[in-house]
Amino acid sequence: MRFLVRRLLLAVPVILLVTIMVFSLLHLLPGDPATVILGQEATPEAIDAMREELGLNQPIVMQYLKWLGGVLQGDLGRSLVDHSPVSELIWQRLPATLELTIGTFVVALLIAIPAGILSATRPNSWIDYTSTFFALGGMSVPHFWLGMMFIVFFAVKLGWLPASGYVPFTENPLANITAMIMPVLATGLRESAILMRMLRSSLLEVMHADYIRTAYAKGHKESFVIFRHALKNALVPVVTTSGLIVAGLLGGLVITESIFSIPGFGKLIVESIYNRDFVTVQGAILVCALMVVMVNLLVDILYAVIDPRIKVGKEAEQ
Amino acid sequence: MSQTVIDSQQPVQTAAQAESQWRLFFRRFAKNKLAIVGALIFCALLATAIFAPLIATHDIYEQDYNSVLAKPGNGHLFGTDDLGRDVFSRLVYGARLTLQVAIISVGIAVLIGVPIGLITGYYRGVWDEWVVMRVVDAMQAFPSLILALAMAAALGGGFYNAMVAIGIGFLPSFIRITRAQVMTVRNLEFVQAAKAIGASDWRIMFRHVLPNSMAPLLVQITLAMASAIIAEAGLSYLGLGAKPEDPSWGSMLHIAQGYLNIEPLLAVWPGLAIFLVVLGFNLLGDGIREVLDPKLKR
Repeated sequence: MRFLVRRLLLAVPVILLVTIMVFSLLHLLPGDPATVILGQEATPEAIDAMREELGLNQPIVMQYLKWLGGVLQGDLGRSLVDHSPVSELIWQRLPATLELTIGTFVVALLIAIPAGILSATRPNSWIDYTSTFFALGGMSVPHFWLGMMFIVFFAVKLGWLPASGYVPFTENPLANITAMIMPVLATGLRESAILMRMLRSSLLEVMHADYIRTAYAKGHKESFVIFRHALKNALVPVVTTSGLIVAGLLGGLVITESIFSIPGFGKLIVESIYNRDFVTVQGAILVCALMVVMVNLLVDILYAVIDPRIKVGKEAEQ
Repeated sequence: MSQTVIDSQQPVQTAAQAESQWRLFFRRFAKNKLAIVGALIFCALLATAIFAPLIATHDIYEQDYNSVLAKPGNGHLFGTDDLGRDVFSRLVYGARLTLQVAIISVGIAVLIGVPIGLITGYYRGVWDEWVVMRVVDAMQAFPSLILALAMAAALGGGFYNAMVAIGIGFLPSFIRITRAQVMTVRNLEFVQAAKAIGASDWRIMFRHVLPNSMAPLLVQITLAMASAIIAEAGLSYLGLGAKPEDPSWGSMLHIAQGYLNIEPLLAVWPGLAIFLVVLGFNLLGDGIREVLDPKLKR
């Protein structure tokens, strides 16, 4: 419990710093933000109105506190393009991104776990060499290029899958799944490579431990030893990596969504940058960073559940 | 008296030790086949970047409207793009931009991140725990590409801004790795010995602690270079990195996206080039890691 409280308390300054960094984004713009947003040809009246809208005439601390107050109430400001609430825009785009994130993660796990186990339990075999070769390739291939190659092969040449577009699952489940296959595979293959390597090296280390030899000596079957003893202990670094992968995925999906025209959260950020809609960029980046903080918090807690030594160790430090 | 003896002998011992360590490093490295492949790919990239004017067959900005989206052949080894520019020559010159991204963005992260990690890891205290590390935590909350996008939004797109943005994105990992390593090394006997003979903190940090903390940093530098290349290609693909007329491999993919159903090969070449170079850096990084920590070897 003390570990959990301490971990939650540590997250508070981090979240505050994240808000300061995101807030500063508008003030990093070279020159007057209102002029940058409207362009040099804007009239002085329009620039004054924009400064008023963004609250730039107030002292910077007041601007931050006002903005933070709004954030705490779920108000992320209004889009500079169509004046709709940014939180609403994000809410509309979130389901597609979440679907893509979960799908990618499932694909990564479905490939990485069996490949990692087979590779670690049969070191130096052809299975090990093949999966290591694919893992190295998977880690090096840019996922957006893989996505483009999938479009060329599966959509243009074979015509099996749609090249782009998105249909919500609730509207047409089949169309949704066919549209998501390529984006999920393109991103998932790379992530599976990272996870597989991590699982393999972690399992290899565990498989040489005394208690594994003891388990074999007691006459247990290989599958029992792997799933009951080895895998559980090899999972700790994998869980940590999974947390990092989810965080990285949220960034990587920006490009995937752009390639496949998926109206997700990442595409919203890119569109807003093109439109100089900095209020939306600010809001979307804040939500993204907060999601990462939450995922990391969850990973740390999960981490302590899987390996109680971590919890005990942290508490003993105090 | 004893202090004079230690002081006069120490540089000789350190140099001899360093030489044998480097020899051991290269001997182990030479035995690692995958690392050699990685090193060869890196050398090929370097040679292509240096000798680009000699290797390229055409002017990379020369447009030939009679030969738009041409297939490979007819004097164009890899065909031409939407403006009739020679794809092979642009790929060759793209190696220069790729190398620049790898060196400059990672250089920014190393030059800023390593001293911060070194100083905070050495002195520790409230500043380290409650200021620097919390800022690092907060920076790590931004996925690197999102951070780069945010910087691109603030500073404006462009190749150089993209490199700065990517470099800043790598800062947290370099601070963390250096700090963790320094925290281990600072308690070792030779550091205590240096303290005992009255060496200054700066001398201890830069002469003794930093050189002995380099191993994981070297691995991180290589792997970060691979990530930087992919990140720049991603930003340029989104139109927020290099300009379309620049021969960046990411920009070439950006152009190719519009012609996937007409001339898919246009997307194949730059993607393969990125893949090969990133694979090279990853192999090199893995190789160096295995050489420095032989336990990792199968």
